[in-house]
Amino acid sequence: MRKVAVIGAGMTKFRHRMLETGRELSFEASRAALDSARMDIKNVDSVVLGSAPDAFDGLHMKGEYLLDGAGGSGKPYTRVYVGGGTGVFIPAAAWWHVASGVSDVVLAVGEEKMSPLQPHPQYAFWSIFDQFLERPLGVTLLWIFSLEMRRYMSVYGIKEEDIALVAVKNKGNAMDHPSAQLPMRITVDDVMKSEPICTPVKRLDVSPTSDGAAALVLASEDVARKYTDDPVWITGVGWNVDTTFWTNRDLCYPEYVEKAAMMAYKMAGISNPRKEIDFAEVYDPFDYKELHHMEGLQLAKRGEAPKMTREGITQRDGDLPINPSGGLLGVGNPIAAAGVMKVAELFWQLRGEAGRRQVKKPVHRGLAQAWGDLMQVGTVVIMER
Amino acid sequence: MINKAGIEQYLYASFGPELKFGRWLIVSKAFTDKLVGDIGALLLDDQVAIVGIGYSGFSPATPSQSYKELIFDAASRAYAECSVNPRKDVGSFVCCEEDLWEGTSITDEYAPDQLGAAQRTLCTLSQDGLNGVATAYMHIKSGVASIAVVESHSKLSNVLSQSQVREFALEPYYERPILSDGIPVAAMQMRRFMHDYKVAEEDIAQVVSKNKKNGLFNQRSSYAADVSVEQAMRSPFVWNPLRRIQVAPPADGCVVAVLASAEKARSMTEQPVWIKGIGWNSASTSAESAVSSEALYAKEAAKMAYKIAGVDSPGSYFDFAEVDDTYAFKELQHAEALGIADMGVSKGNTQADAPVPINMSGGSLSLGDLVEAMGLVRLLEAVQRLRNAERKRSKGLKRALVQSWRGIPSSSGAVAVLGVE
Repeated sequence: MRKVAVIGAGMTKFRHRMLETGRELSFEASRAALDSARMDIKNVDSVVLGSAPDAFDGLHMKGEYLLDGAGGSGKPYTRVYVGGGTGVFIPAAAWWHVASGVSDVVLAVGEEKMSPLQPHPQYAFWSIFDQFLERPLGVTLLWIFSLEMRRYMSVYGIKEEDIALVAVKNKGNAMDHPSAQLPMRITVDDVMKSEPICTPVKRLDVSPTSDGAAALVLASEDVARKYTDDPVWITGVGWNVDTTFWTNRDLCYPEYVEKAAMMAYKMAGISNPRKEIDFAEVYDPFDYKELHHMEGLQLAKRGEAPKMTREGITQRDGDLPINPSGGLLGVGNPIAAAGVMKVAELFWQLRGEAGRRQVKKPVHRGLAQAWGDLMQVGTVVIMER
Repeated sequence: MINKAGIEQYLYASFGPELKFGRWLIVSKAFTDKLVGDIGALLLDDQVAIVGIGYSGFSPATPSQSYKELIFDAASRAYAECSVNPRKDVGSFVCCEEDLWEGTSITDEYAPDQLGAAQRTLCTLSQDGLNGVATAYMHIKSGVASIAVVESHSKLSNVLSQSQVREFALEPYYERPILSDGIPVAAMQMRRFMHDYKVAEEDIAQVVSKNKKNGLFNQRSSYAADVSVEQAMRSPFVWNPLRRIQVAPPADGCVVAVLASAEKARSMTEQPVWIKGIGWNSASTSAESAVSSEALYAKEAAKMAYKIAGVDSPGSYFDFAEVDDTYAFKELQHAEALGIADMGVSKGNTQADAPVPINMSGGSLSLGDLVEAMGLVRLLEAVQRLRNAERKRSKGLKRALVQSWRGIPSSSGAVAVLGVE
């Protein structure tokens, strides 16, 4: 297994509706990542792209459509797809291209354009459900999130106010992110009073729908050392998919996230994640999800993530900063691009280039995680400097 | 990529035919040869093999089975062939599928259970099955897994309007309004190819006749027929110059392949089929830029695979080839790009007695179009043929070439070099 470095990262702005096409968004993010690595597309051996449902854009074979924009033309090009988990999975896929010795330089691109779907992108999620058992109910993703949130609250006796603290923190953190879509200074009270969408999920508990793209450049050790004195290494990757039958599992704890994390921890030689991980970009499409995932990642004991949040441990100046970028709640949630944005944040934080977002304590090892499908997929990347 | 030839070159270039350690020891050429052989064997042990392959379906419609049941059957057969327990032994599962063919968004949600992959390392590629093989190959090479499973299937009989789905693959603003369901793109490519390479209609009809007849000897072919060149030329146009009989009709089916590292492979099966090389490539998808009559994706993918496998002259290296023929002219175009034919269909280069016989299985024209599963279908055909030849101790068939293409409007394809030696 060869060592794999990240040597460049870039992203577009995340917005509700971008005027650029998906191809153009992919191009802008790829260009920015290559610029930051001081590379040109001709230095790239292969391209990995990720994008979530084709239904958003009304496209079939969306990967083929986006190919030109992502610089994939004339190269070995692969589109990977694990639903919402895709974003963090893209760098994992780029990692195995380099680790296996097949490529030396890989461009990893995440793109999402949700806005073409009218009247609301949420409609695409109707078609992720089982044709026979679930679609006739007219179900949306918000329904199953409210079920999961309620289950999590009821098993561990967590209050809605505890969960709202996550939205307050992340939207506040996003105030310092130049690409952010929903940076806000809000209070717990604002979250509690926001419009209920599917009780107990309220408007400010949810990340927005977004357009955007983000990209990374990965390289083998010898190439990385030629281009930068400051490579950041990917030392662990992990992914795991649970059964399709989400109704058959206890929603209070994400076992698939735990299994994905264990795969990555084993690869990175981590035995005590709470002590050995300095900060994390945890998937937060809903505020309770950050807490839920911290527990799955073994960064908090079961049911104790809200306590850590209340004590300020997860703040940028805390002992275990979580989502210093502002996360999906603050920066936005163009699905596959949002996951790549999280890995890009690890890159910037580890190199000390995060500017006003830089966490207070010195950091050497960070973790990014995404989640997806029918509450089913966990993807994890660990990076070190 | 390191291979035996490379190491040999390196050692001989460094030390010459006689190894000298200072002034004290002079090692004979026999010793260096042995050393080179040993190192080569060690490096060859870095190889990846196909140790099990199973299939189900292969019919224009499969009303008695859901897609999940098709997958379950194919997977059970593949696992049984090499005694693999998916719940314990498999380090990675790779599924190749597209949302719109499945009628489900985020279709990987429905992948794990019937493969025995719940709570396991599974992922989906929106690619052809042969790209899945490339990914599993990288998983084994990078140490993620020592045994990996690749799955792809087609349930096209569930798709009410395949041409409407294909239409969604076209660029929405400029191409979709004028290029209908993409068939005109195929017709334009065919016209251009015929013009540039001076290929006559008869040459393409000959491909149809050969493949449809070859399919008569293959139990998996739904569309085999005893069709003469003259009959093939009387088929009606779907879009001039493309005739109906030149288009692979849809079929259902599933193929599951089990791959393993060399170390595992030898204990799992007596007949490992080695992946000597693998490559994949995409040219631009835009119809306006796809003006070349060359299949650039196949050419570049082959270059990558040949480099890994150390193939210098494909025309003499391979014993047979499985080449994409979704549209009959594509077989000629792909064979040319792969370097196994010299535009000589009329000279019989693609016939069964040719130096590199192409599509002895009957190809897509006989087996049908199984969309994303097509690469694995061709892999299955090649693996079965290599294994049968070995069983019968016939010396002729030891090296095979497998190529896939993702269909209109894509310019994406993959190539695998297989061998039993």
